[in-house]
Amino acid sequence: MDFSWMAWTWPTAAFFLAIFALIALMGVWEYASPGGSPRVGVLRFETTRGDRLFVSLLGSAFICLAWLGLTEMALWWALGVCLVYAGLVFRFV
Amino acid sequence: MEKTWNNKAWFFVLPVLLLVAFSAVIPLMTVVNYSVQDTFGNNEFFWAGTDWFTELLGSARFHDALIRNLVFSAIILAIEVPLGILVALAMPKKGIWVSVCLVLMALPLLIPWNVVGTIWQVFGRTDIGLLGYSMRALGIDYNYVQDPIDAWVTVIVMDVWHWTSLVVLLCYAGLVSIPDAYYQAAKIDGASRWAVFRYIQLPKMGRVLLIAVLLRFMDSFMIYTEPFVVTGGGPGNSTTFLSIDLVKMAVGQFDLGPAAAMSLVYFLIILLLSWVFYTVMENAGRDRAVKETAE
Repeated sequence: MDFSWMAWTWPTAAFFLAIFALIALMGVWEYASPGGSPRVGVLRFETTRGDRLFVSLLGSAFICLAWLGLTEMALWWALGVCLVYAGLVFRFV
Repeated sequence: MEKTWNNKAWFFVLPVLLLVAFSAVIPLMTVVNYSVQDTFGNNEFFWAGTDWFTELLGSARFHDALIRNLVFSAIILAIEVPLGILVALAMPKKGIWVSVCLVLMALPLLIPWNVVGTIWQVFGRTDIGLLGYSMRALGIDYNYVQDPIDAWVTVIVMDVWHWTSLVVLLCYAGLVSIPDAYYQAAKIDGASRWAVFRYIQLPKMGRVLLIAVLLRFMDSFMIYTEPFVVTGGGPGNSTTFLSIDLVKMAVGQFDLGPAAAMSLVYFLIILLLSWVFYTVMENAGRDRAVKETAE
């Protein structure tokens, strides 16, 4: 099968593999501890693990965009900020 | 009694997963791949990294189109949602007029976008269009081809004409599902018309209103065909919304890399705003339900 029309690159492949791995990990987590562990956090409404992953990924996308638009520093720093942000989301949201 | 776990049902989800993969996930992956590369056709690509995103985020053209789109969506929601509720409240609930009203309301929704655009383009013309000609006859200096405000008014009125009936039909579905017992109880309590609306009809329409707001927001934020047919994004760039700008970039200029980057940013904005709308309205509805149960 020829996938050259999709114009794959290693960085984008790694990006999607990371996303799919995260979703798979959530599946394993759910299998190990069913129910999605709903709770009310700082946003004052109920969120499950899936919601927290969604908020982490969406927020990370905007952190990276803001980084590109506002700074000239390497995007790796933004990745670090995203990881800290995701950690905070999973802890407090 | 222990619950029997049967995972066979997951196989029924498989066709949907395949459909979503081919219609959404694979195209989205391709757009992501394009957004970090440059191409001049012939299936040849050159690595550009995050250059297109940096260029886009600093571009005044993108900022202007985004602001126009946000303003347009805000105006559309501010007009169509209250108007839709008002029309739904005024519609008959019984008798032959129900069918007549429902057919009339459904008519604009059945007309394709490009036909709506063409109708309004002709309708607004000052030489042969009923609207444009009448405005001129009334002494109003109306010309949507040359005046940005006239162009905006035309596009907004056209969208209101085309899509308010969707809000009406959704609200009407919510209204007719309210049991008569609620109205009888309100009558016994001597509730005013406003109280009936505020405490019975509006809460019962909550779910359908959520769908209406989400649909209208997403649709208006992605609007393309109607303004493109009527104004072509002009005069100047005054009605160039994000989608029009995106098509100009991708098809007109064949800048596939920058267009892919713009598509992704556009997608993320829609995703964020839709999530915010959904979460706020869903939680407002839940809080209201909890309060009602407590009372």
